[in-house]
Amino acid sequence: MAKITAGIATSHVPAVGAAIDMGRTEEDYWRPMFEGYEFSKNWIKTNNPDVAIIVYNDHASYFGMEIMPTFAVGVAESFEICDEGYGPRPVPPVEGAPELATHLAASLILDDFDLTVLNVLEVDHGLTVPMSLMFGTPDKWPAKVIPLAVNVVMYPQPSGERCLSIGKAIRRAVAEFDEDLNVQIWGTGGMSHQIQGARAGLINLPWDQKFMDDLINEPEVLQYKPHLEYMREAGSEGVELIMWLIMRGALGDKVDEVYRFNHVPASNTSVGHLILTPKEEA
Amino acid sequence: MKPDFEQFKDLPGTTIFTIEKAREGFHFNEFCMSLRQEENRKRFLADERSYLDEWEMTEEQKEAVLTRDFQKMLDNGGNVYFLSKIFAAEGLSYVQAVSTMTDMNVEQYQAMMKSGGRHIDGWRSKKERGEA
Repeated sequence: MAKITAGIATSHVPAVGAAIDMGRTEEDYWRPMFEGYEFSKNWIKTNNPDVAIIVYNDHASYFGMEIMPTFAVGVAESFEICDEGYGPRPVPPVEGAPELATHLAASLILDDFDLTVLNVLEVDHGLTVPMSLMFGTPDKWPAKVIPLAVNVVMYPQPSGERCLSIGKAIRRAVAEFDEDLNVQIWGTGGMSHQIQGARAGLINLPWDQKFMDDLINEPEVLQYKPHLEYMREAGSEGVELIMWLIMRGALGDKVDEVYRFNHVPASNTSVGHLILTPKEEA
Repeated sequence: MKPDFEQFKDLPGTTIFTIEKAREGFHFNEFCMSLRQEENRKRFLADERSYLDEWEMTEEQKEAVLTRDFQKMLDNGGNVYFLSKIFAAEGLSYVQAVSTMTDMNVEQYQAMMKSGGRHIDGWRSKKERGEA
């Protein structure tokens, strides 16, 4: 039986990927941020998943405006790396997990989540930067990946309730898959940031930290936070944090906090990172 | 549920990319997407006006691109992730491009970010600022 054993939340700042790719992680600007992920890189060596379901958003890298799915699951054998305008990141292609992915997509659709199914997908920094932060720079990624792309770019994004509840459905779907697999769910994006307009550069660290507390302890309350509040308090791009609710929903009622890290800034963004594990039922 | 697009107008210095704005900016954002390809980036930078004329964009959208007026691009249906293809073509970072939409130069903007970013006090709502 497959099982979700851990949830990871992390920002997915493109400049972090660029710093890794250009070998700048030891520079004074970047070192404190990357040091915050040292624990996690060690942790995952002993907790390497067979499959990571990575909840992320595309940044006008693969999806243009012709088709804008609210939730879309990548079911392919592998996913190439997008050219986001600077040339593709020099990281290995991402290996898919088609059997679990098709099971997952079918289960979610039958549970009334009207998913888009992606047999072709190129992935951008939203997915690959978290992989680099957790796995470093291997020649081949040590886990298979199921990309779950969420529209957070165009309003209306899915509601917080919908995100938490699709997370719960993912937990059930994984538990019903027959093969013995260690599965993790990663929620990416955030935390507070705004990269447009006269208010650009907005950071709200106290709000971010309260969000982390509520995500861990009170997701059932947090799910009702309206989009406007994310945008007002955490910046227009801070609304990406609804993706963390999907991760949280997939971990069950109670969780243990294994690790937490905050750092300001990376480029325009407040970096936040969590490792959570489902609390074993007594 | 009836959509409420008006609610976002109270956010100071912020343009929310709604489904309506996405419709308005469709051809503009498609132009931006074309710059994902290296040969198109070269062709655009070699002759921006001719490249823009290949797209069903309004004159205002084209002018905004030619003058790199990112705020005007947002006002005319652009979204920053699409616009990033324009500044990426020139090798500029998000910080370099984004700072141009504020009242700071890039050094001042970077200094603000390093000291913890823009504080939210005074930036929560237009009402609070006496602008609405």
